[in-house]
Amino acid sequence: MTETMDRAGSAQVVDALLQADKVTMKFGGLVANRDVDFVIPRGSIVSLIGPNGAGKTTFFNQLTGMLEPTSGEITFNGKSIIGRTPYEIVEMGIGRTFQNIRLFGAMTVLANVMVGRHVRMHSSWWGSLLRLPAVRAEEEDTKRRAQELLERVGLPRRYEEDWAKNLPYGDQRRLELARALASEPKLLLLDEPTAGMNPGETAQMTDLIKQLRDELDLTVLLIEHDMKVVMGISERITVLDHGELLAEGKPEEIRANPAVIEAYLGKQATE
Amino acid sequence: MSTLLRRALMMGLFGGIAGVHVSLVGIVNTFQTRDLIADIVTIGSVLPMLIAIMVGWLAGSTPKHIPRPSGSTTLVHGAMAGGVVGVVLAALALLVDSVSLTWILVNARPQLANILYFEQGPGLGSVILIAGGVLLGVAGAGLHLLPRTIARALAISGVVTIIAALMEPFVGAVLRNVELRAIEGFLYQSGGLTVQGFILVFVLIAAGIYGWAKRGDRAKARVAAMPPDRRRAGKLIAYGVLFAILLILPQIVGQRLSEVVGTVGIYILLGLGLNIVVGFAGLLDLGYVAFFAVGAYTTALLTSPASPVLNPELPFWGALPFVIMAAALVGLAVGAPVLRLRGDYLAIVTLGFGEIAREIFKSAWAQPVTGGAQGILSVPEPLPFTRDPQSIYYPILFFCIIAAIAATRLAASRVGRAWNAMREDESVAEATGINTVKYKLLAFSLGAAFGCLSGAFFGTKIGVVFPDSFNILVSINALALIVLGGMGNIAGVMVGALVLVGLPELLREFAEYRLLIYGVVLVVMMILRPEGLLPSRSRRVELHDVSDEDDDDMYTDEAGIDTGRPVVST
Ligand SMILES: Nc1ncnc2c1ncn2[C@@H]1O[C@H](COP(=O)(O)OP(=O)(O)OP(=O)(O)O)[C@@H](O)[C@H]1O
Ligand SMILES: [Mg+2]
Repeated sequence: MTETMDRAGSAQVVDALLQADKVTMKFGGLVANRDVDFVIPRGSIVSLIGPNGAGKTTFFNQLTGMLEPTSGEITFNGKSIIGRTPYEIVEMGIGRTFQNIRLFGAMTVLANVMVGRHVRMHSSWWGSLLRLPAVRAEEEDTKRRAQELLERVGLPRRYEEDWAKNLPYGDQRRLELARALASEPKLLLLDEPTAGMNPGETAQMTDLIKQLRDELDLTVLLIEHDMKVVMGISERITVLDHGELLAEGKPEEIRANPAVIEAYLGKQATE
Repeated sequence: MSTLLRRALMMGLFGGIAGVHVSLVGIVNTFQTRDLIADIVTIGSVLPMLIAIMVGWLAGSTPKHIPRPSGSTTLVHGAMAGGVVGVVLAALALLVDSVSLTWILVNARPQLANILYFEQGPGLGSVILIAGGVLLGVAGAGLHLLPRTIARALAISGVVTIIAALMEPFVGAVLRNVELRAIEGFLYQSGGLTVQGFILVFVLIAAGIYGWAKRGDRAKARVAAMPPDRRRAGKLIAYGVLFAILLILPQIVGQRLSEVVGTVGIYILLGLGLNIVVGFAGLLDLGYVAFFAVGAYTTALLTSPASPVLNPELPFWGALPFVIMAAALVGLAVGAPVLRLRGDYLAIVTLGFGEIAREIFKSAWAQPVTGGAQGILSVPEPLPFTRDPQSIYYPILFFCIIAAIAATRLAASRVGRAWNAMREDESVAEATGINTVKYKLLAFSLGAAFGCLSGAFFGTKIGVVFPDSFNILVSINALALIVLGGMGNIAGVMVGALVLVGLPELLREFAEYRLLIYGVVLVVMMILRPEGLLPSRSRRVELHDVSDEDDDDMYTDEAGIDTGRPVVST
């Protein structure tokens, strides 16, 4: 249990799955994140918003070990993740998707998801060499689970053996989601999951995220620009601006926050 | 002048220069000794013709951003380009014929002119040369007007027929060996194909390729539709037959060819190992020869009575486990420092490693152990097998089969998927849960094990180990054979070794031009088929936009097994 103070100053007790303290990321002279404090309550859907270049993706990269914070502390499930490699963090239970889809294009759809399950598999290279019964069983099991996941995210069976790069755009996003889910994450990080989608697809994706959270016992953190999605899906919202925490709170609080309107919504409203 | 016409003339000029080059370095003269069709056409005179066809084909192609001109324009461009080749070569012939240049260029003698003139004298000869150039240029450009499958069948069949003619001494010997003199007499005559042999080979191959392109998919679909147990039975029978042939191969092909097959086998082992590192894991290792050398030296040190230190004089098979252990260690030693390097940097550093390895083995400092430049003599035979090509073939075959099975299984496993992902995008692979450090080291170690095994057989096969056997050409050869064969594919490695190691060994008489031909073959391949002869399916997807390709025959899946699934999707 961790105590945090929100902007209004009222103490809250939450069961934090992830907690970031004073996380700072500098690229040379550029400060992409400055002293960001952040808590994700277990089981919630939290959105991270902010104008372009606010440092949202950079923050994700630190949560997944792809970048190491210049200073600050990040704990996941009570353990620090600073200094750990990305694959160790996947093993601890954080899965992610990318803003600009990054699939293994020349692998099949099914193989992409099976790669995602890599950390939950145990076969050794010599086991694979000898084709031990246990290895074959695990391979079959992985394949079955991957097929289930594809079904869960709504990718038709007939796509299984297609090359990932040949999938339509929206389906590529679904595939990335399936790949991330294959590692059985506790925390799922989605970087603009509805970017480039039409309103129909966006609504489907939103429903899918909620459904996955409920069915798979997930905690979700998503970066999103579409305010309708953000307001409709989030239990809490964090706003970053120029790398700094601007506001944190429930959707209705954020909607009413003058600083946010000024920095973010206001700018959009005048467009 | 239109862009395309200017392009065609340039192509012609380049072709002409290439023709002058091959003439003056002596290739034309050398190949003059061999007939394509006995007593009618020599291979030497075919070379300029091939250039004209190729140039015509290039002149007839259109770059992506330019709309395709009409058929007749294409042919005219081909004719122009081919004609330019003819004119340039006629000029060369005239020059060589009239002025003696032999004091600068040994090959610039009248005999060359005579070949270029088709032995018809300058007047008629140059007319034939230029008219021939035009016609062949038209033929080359005309390939674009034919349906793609037909054009391809014709082109491949042409190349195969020329190789068939060159192979006369060996194929002839094999046919005599198995008492098929009648066939030999029908196909071959005095160092070349007979007329009927030429037609038969050309037509059969062309028809075979065309038929496969047209019907192959249906055949594959039929196989795929068979019940699994029948399919497995069919596969077993096919492998069984292949295995039986491989078992009696040395007896069929005789002593001389067995020698070549053994060398090819050693390179297949080497290629399978390098394929794990480069083809599967995507780590461009240009110093692979280091592993080959470590294998050969470890074997020599542990087995040879002439070994300067230690000499435990183990039998070959007793030394082998230590060789593999040494390999794994060296794999780790090479892998660990380069873990953080990517792409080009990795290539350059490993290139350095390869050269360092050779220099160390050669150095005076290491002489007490490695024998320095003298190397280590009297490496024993792998008893009960002997050094005889028909005997050592069997252990090499055995290990090639083991290596192929191992590579196939790894490729189809969790490990193969991890390598695949790492090759495509290292940082995403890591963010998806793959320990890239571990998988890089694993690739280096396994690759090293295969390379060392190959080196061990190299050492025992020739019985001596010299540092200079382990030069950079071995690395280049190994890399070139997997690139040509089809990176990431096991069957491709075998085809690559046959073509790049087997053919040159057979054509020793042309050894002088080996690297030149080698280079040309690689350049042509990279233009026409960058993914290699038998690429893995995923490699092909990486290099091509699959959806607008129509030639999806000949492709096999990662492990080299025909799956019969259509490649084109959505
Ligand atoms: N690896 C890096 N090296 C240097 N600068 C970087 C790096 N990654 C991000 N930046 C910079 O950090 C700032 C924040 O970028 P980031 O991608 O985190 O923004 P974002 O909030 O995700 O924006 P968007 O909404 O456009 O995706 C930008 O100015 C970017 O150029
Ligand atoms: Mg971003």
